[in-house]
Amino acid sequence: MEQSQVMEGVVKILTPWVKNDEALQAVSLETNILDDLKVNSARLVDVVIAFEDEFDIEIDDEDVDTVNTVGDAVQLISSKLG
Amino acid sequence: MSRRVVVTGLGVVAPNGTGVPDFEASLRLGRSGIRHVEAMAEAKFACTVAGVPQGVDALVEQEFDEDERLVMNGSHRFASLACLEAWKAAGLERPARDSEEVDWDTGAIIGTGIGGMDTTAEKVVPLTNAGKVRRIGSTSVEQVMASGVSARISGQFALGNQVTTNSSACSTGTEAIAMGTERIRSGAAKRMLCGGSEAATHYIWAGFDAMRVLNRRSNDAPEKASRPLSASAGGFVPGAGAGVVMLESEESALDRGAKIYAEVAGQGINCGGHRMGGSMTAPNPESVRRCIDAALADAGLLAADVDVINGHLTATGADPREIGSWAAALGRGPGELPLITATKSMIGHTLGAAGAIESVASILMLKGGYVHPSINCEDVHPEIEPHASSISHELREFEDMKVIVKAGFGFGDVNACLVFRKWEG
Repeated sequence: MEQSQVMEGVVKILTPWVKNDEALQAVSLETNILDDLKVNSARLVDVVIAFEDEFDIEIDDEDVDTVNTVGDAVQLISSKLG
Repeated sequence: MSRRVVVTGLGVVAPNGTGVPDFEASLRLGRSGIRHVEAMAEAKFACTVAGVPQGVDALVEQEFDEDERLVMNGSHRFASLACLEAWKAAGLERPARDSEEVDWDTGAIIGTGIGGMDTTAEKVVPLTNAGKVRRIGSTSVEQVMASGVSARISGQFALGNQVTTNSSACSTGTEAIAMGTERIRSGAAKRMLCGGSEAATHYIWAGFDAMRVLNRRSNDAPEKASRPLSASAGGFVPGAGAGVVMLESEESALDRGAKIYAEVAGQGINCGGHRMGGSMTAPNPESVRRCIDAALADAGLLAADVDVINGHLTATGADPREIGSWAAALGRGPGELPLITATKSMIGHTLGAAGAIESVASILMLKGGYVHPSINCEDVHPEIEPHASSISHELREFEDMKVIVKAGFGFGDVNACLVFRKWEG
């Protein structure tokens, strides 16, 4: 899967939880999920479940801790997709 | 300083009307909101009809952002819509979601009888049993915690006063309004959103069906199924929804020129202690009488001042005893009781929401000067027959109505009673 497709899926899943629409409009791989998009940290577990369903992968709890930016999520998912 | 408490907003999600205009139209017409529920039939319930609010999804989609919709379960959705309607009716501005302003003078007591059973049954239990706890996600705790429903409301309206959930079975909604009234009287709050909410899920209703307290005789005629006061009453019909009133100190309401629907003149709350005929499932008649008397005394009114009774009246064997308690409390003999009506005849028993939805109905009747029909009691119960002339079988215009009393009685032998008085300044 192309990185752009993964990015599209990640942004689609994050969108309902985003509290900063301006940051979403300007989203890039460097965008921080909590600090920039203002996603409630409690909802990250829902986001990760949605990643698993969307991309048919499994994400370990340890891997979740490495995700800060949209790019981190895209990289993690891409690595699982092989 | 005035300690009078008035109602400045109403909101309702009921089986026969979502929103006050729809609900009031149904009340006047005697329109039932009881329908066949396929999930009950599939699960082999003896009773396969219930009162389920309609048109809720579209309204929730219209009024709430996606992140809020994703975290709300059934009772949250009903309560959120009812609170929003009451908030707007009170002439208050909905706070911006990104505003940091908190309304320190306004709180909420939004009760529920059962709570987040839909979340428990559809998510927590199946995923836990399947060894997939991780997939429960982040939202189940805020949905199943007893206070989840009021916690949801506090965020939507930036409430900074007391925010809590009461629970007293079927007197929950009535009790919430009584408790909010006291909060305002004490001077601790200017406004309180008060009421109750109960989800529409057959998982809540299953236990009642197993107790054989639901009506199993009218599955083929849903609109005839809820039959308070009748000889053919065969148990209650379960229902769901939410009712909310905005309570406000008279001083605050007058200061800001708010529209006033009615005054909460008095309230009473007590318990029968499971004695003198009372039990976990039946009310102690003496405690019911005392609760009604206490509410009237709190209002500074006499029994003779009561114009209309909107009873608890569930369509079980408790109806005749309840009428006996009203007669004892008000000191009235056969043919002397005020007009009696039962909102449950149209909406079923909405459990923790019942007292709140029925209080909204009571306030609408008081303000509109009418008594809604109590449907499905063409065959008055023989023990109630001496008081039959007091039953409001048809819509009655009653422009001079000054006082309507609403009571709710719940499992646990708990009672709550409210006295609403017409607002005349």
